Amino acid sequence: MSGAETRTVVVGASLAGLRGAESLRKSGFAGSLTIVGDEPHPPYDRPPLSKAVLTGEIAADATTLPNLVALDATWRLGVPATRLDRVRRTITLQGGETLAYDRLLVATGASARAWPDADQARLEGVFTLRGRDDAQALRHALTASPGHVLVIGGGFIGCEVAASCRTLDLPVTLVETGATLLARVLGQHLGSVVEAMHKRRGVTIRTGVKVKALEDDGTGRVMRACLGDGTAIPADVVVVALGAVRNTAWLEGSGLSFDEGGLDCDADGYALDTDGQADTHIAAAGDVARFPHPLYPGHPIALEHWGHAVAQGARAGRILAGHAAEPYAEVPAFWSSQNGITIKSVGLTEGADGFVIARGDPKEGRFLAVYGRAGRCVAAVAFDCARWLPAYAERIAAGAPFPPEPGGVDAGTFTILPLAFPEPAHEDEA
Amino acid sequence: MSDDTLFARVKEEAHRSNPYPLFAALRECPVSRQEDGTYVAATHAAIASLLHDPRVSSETLPPADRPKTGNPFKDWLVKPVRDHITDTHRPFIFRDPPDHDTLRAAVMHQFTHQRVQAMRARSHVLVDEILNKLGDARSIDIVDDLAYPLPVTVICELLGVPPEDEEQFHGWATQLATALEPDTHQDDELRAENSRTFDAISEYMQGLIAQKRKAPQDDMLSGLATEGTDGAPRMSDFDLIATAILMLVAGHETTVNLITNGMLTLLRHPEELRRLREDPSRAPRVVEELLRFEPPVQFRTRKALCPITHGGVTIPESAPLVLLLAAGNRDPEVYAEPERFDPDRTDNRHLGFGGSLHYCVGAPLARFEVEAALVALVRRLKNPRLTADPPPYRQGSALRGPKHLRLTIDGIDP
Amino acid sequence: MSERPPSVEPNPDPQPSGGPLRVTVDLNLCQAYAQCCYAAPDHFVLNGREALHYDPAPSAAARADIERARIACPVQAIHVEDAGTAHR
Repeated sequence: MSGAETRTVVVGASLAGLRGAESLRKSGFAGSLTIVGDEPHPPYDRPPLSKAVLTGEIAADATTLPNLVALDATWRLGVPATRLDRVRRTITLQGGETLAYDRLLVATGASARAWPDADQARLEGVFTLRGRDDAQALRHALTASPGHVLVIGGGFIGCEVAASCRTLDLPVTLVETGATLLARVLGQHLGSVVEAMHKRRGVTIRTGVKVKALEDDGTGRVMRACLGDGTAIPADVVVVALGAVRNTAWLEGSGLSFDEGGLDCDADGYALDTDGQADTHIAAAGDVARFPHPLYPGHPIALEHWGHAVAQGARAGRILAGHAAEPYAEVPAFWSSQNGITIKSVGLTEGADGFVIARGDPKEGRFLAVYGRAGRCVAAVAFDCARWLPAYAERIAAGAPFPPEPGGVDAGTFTILPLAFPEPAHEDEA
Repeated sequence: MSDDTLFARVKEEAHRSNPYPLFAALRECPVSRQEDGTYVAATHAAIASLLHDPRVSSETLPPADRPKTGNPFKDWLVKPVRDHITDTHRPFIFRDPPDHDTLRAAVMHQFTHQRVQAMRARSHVLVDEILNKLGDARSIDIVDDLAYPLPVTVICELLGVPPEDEEQFHGWATQLATALEPDTHQDDELRAENSRTFDAISEYMQGLIAQKRKAPQDDMLSGLATEGTDGAPRMSDFDLIATAILMLVAGHETTVNLITNGMLTLLRHPEELRRLREDPSRAPRVVEELLRFEPPVQFRTRKALCPITHGGVTIPESAPLVLLLAAGNRDPEVYAEPERFDPDRTDNRHLGFGGSLHYCVGAPLARFEVEAALVALVRRLKNPRLTADPPPYRQGSALRGPKHLRLTIDGIDP
Repeated sequence: MSERPPSVEPNPDPQPSGGPLRVTVDLNLCQAYAQCCYAAPDHFVLNGREALHYDPAPSAAARADIERARIACPVQAIHVEDAGTAHR
């Protein structure tokens, strides 16, 4: 199966694609390996793009990822895949060239959700932030001393961009439709802790209101944003940070089961067709893969996490190299760094019905919150206390009871607090 | 069925030179109960987990219970107050958050990378001075001649302790280090001696701190005595004394063992000694592997704040819990060929400096000092041979290392 | 840890993309032990209590320090590719 004649194609020159390719080689795959990427760049690291790249600490092109295993691969960069033919086992690239595969790793990731009005989205000064080129363009705009930056969307990217603007001493307003920043992930209680942190750093925050339209100055340059409450915010740089859509459009006609929320996979990591049958020639990894996670039953999930791309990429490489499928139960984990504060999370807060402050004190800026669902710990979020987190990751993996046992050092009061996640109805609106 | 006397045997001096077979037996159970009610965690996974577990406390020392002096004024008035103060102002290795974090942050604020880098350069100079002084000696005791004086000089310079006072606190440091040994609490005589030593060293530190306040210099003690961090007030005088003593003792009692264990291990692995001599850039790998293979701090004792179940064993509330770092470091679940000294191993997540909140503060300094010492020893000692293998060991089982490491040499290269 | 090295001031202009080394740190694993900051202070800095900032493309001259940082990391979170021994 992994003989020298076997051809493996990795679509997506991304973190998941790179680690998947390395894993194939480490797992003994000796056949030909081709890596296809729609961007002209070799795989690069995204987390710095909204932080150190925007502040100018590092250049966008310095983010190229280290390559940890000899790949002996053919790289096809700057050419998106446009079609997948599972009968002939070919991939069509833009321009019409086809690549035959015996094994395929789909790691095409996600794209920034565009501003809904296409004409407004095209105005000069309107940015999204997903790729390296986006970061470079935004960095360029921020160095031109803009009078006012507007960030639309109070998720992690929006918060990090606003924090970077303040590091550069730029005036910035963050508009979020929800009641607080990060409410969808952390709940309103901790969302307001984050909000206070940004306000102290000088970010102007408008919550519970949406941006209705972006207006230009008559020359195609954005000038202001009109809000739902009738007010307007002047802005010469607008960053649209409304989340991501999965890059699955190229799978149209392949017979695989997908939508903009991801490509469906089975528990082993193989892609599913529209009949729910696994195609064992194809695995998916990273942002694009939607899969059933044993710790979060109910519906399949697609995770946009750095560590997930690494772990799932590595696993996809192993199964494509012919190793037996293994259950994937990595506890989801991510970090964000804003205003010098590091927020780290393990597990998923989605669907949680309460949380406790288990250690420290939000007033001190250093604390750890544990989220519960139906009497089990499902997530923990640490603000500047990463060393406590591994203990909670173990408990989440073990499905330990919630609230967690009291009696630890530095323990909080363990009052179960309501989360107040926002109603999902408005979530896609700006 | 596990043998519940294994840890008692670890503490016996007969096993000091090679406790590792006992550790292997202890690893059969991730956490085991010993006959005296102590629980021992011996696998890498169990230790790593418990190091991060907030139900595990470092406040392990019982309250002061010192012998009476016979003077009623002292016994009824002065001592209770003083004992209360020493109980509540212990050094931060015996404290939990939030106090631990505040005290440690103050130390880290002074323990800058500039100071550490300066001591890195200084270590090389000191090692050469020490070796030069030995002239054309035909024998060397690694402990007395180098492994002890080097870290002591470094910690004194870093803290700003006058080197001429060293003789005075040499004995104090050795005495106080027994607080880390597991049976200290049961030994009344030892506790009384520790208490007297603590009083003596406190008085010394108090005087030194007063001097630093009057005439601050560019050293850590001056910094700690005069500044707080981030606008916070500086630590209380009692905490400052406890912190200064901790750093002084740590500087005396740990690095010495790492240097000595290092030279001993290299002499037992002549191929590695040769490779280090030919390529000194291997030093960081060698030091990191030593921290796995022969860690100077073999275990630390903690306390369960509430019942903790691990690997099917429940550690009851208040039970003493030994984290057997040196056993986790040779766990075959984590390391391929764990009993082999192999500086080229990858993914060496050793527990030699502990982990989580109490990770060794002095780790970067220790690494640089040991590098400087080993690189110079393998380069300059001509044809070094052990005069005894195993060498004689010091008494401690928690802080473990040779008492002397006498080598025969054919001279010392310049 | 509460290690508090000096904060990084943003440069007015980005550094050139630098040398042949490629570094990435798994910041999920990182627990801010700051051992890399002592080993290679020019390339790793803690900003605030736990936010590790690092140079992803150090020059060849930094090789020994970067290697020292990688080896010293207690959670082995630092990955380095040396273009001198390029895999690609």
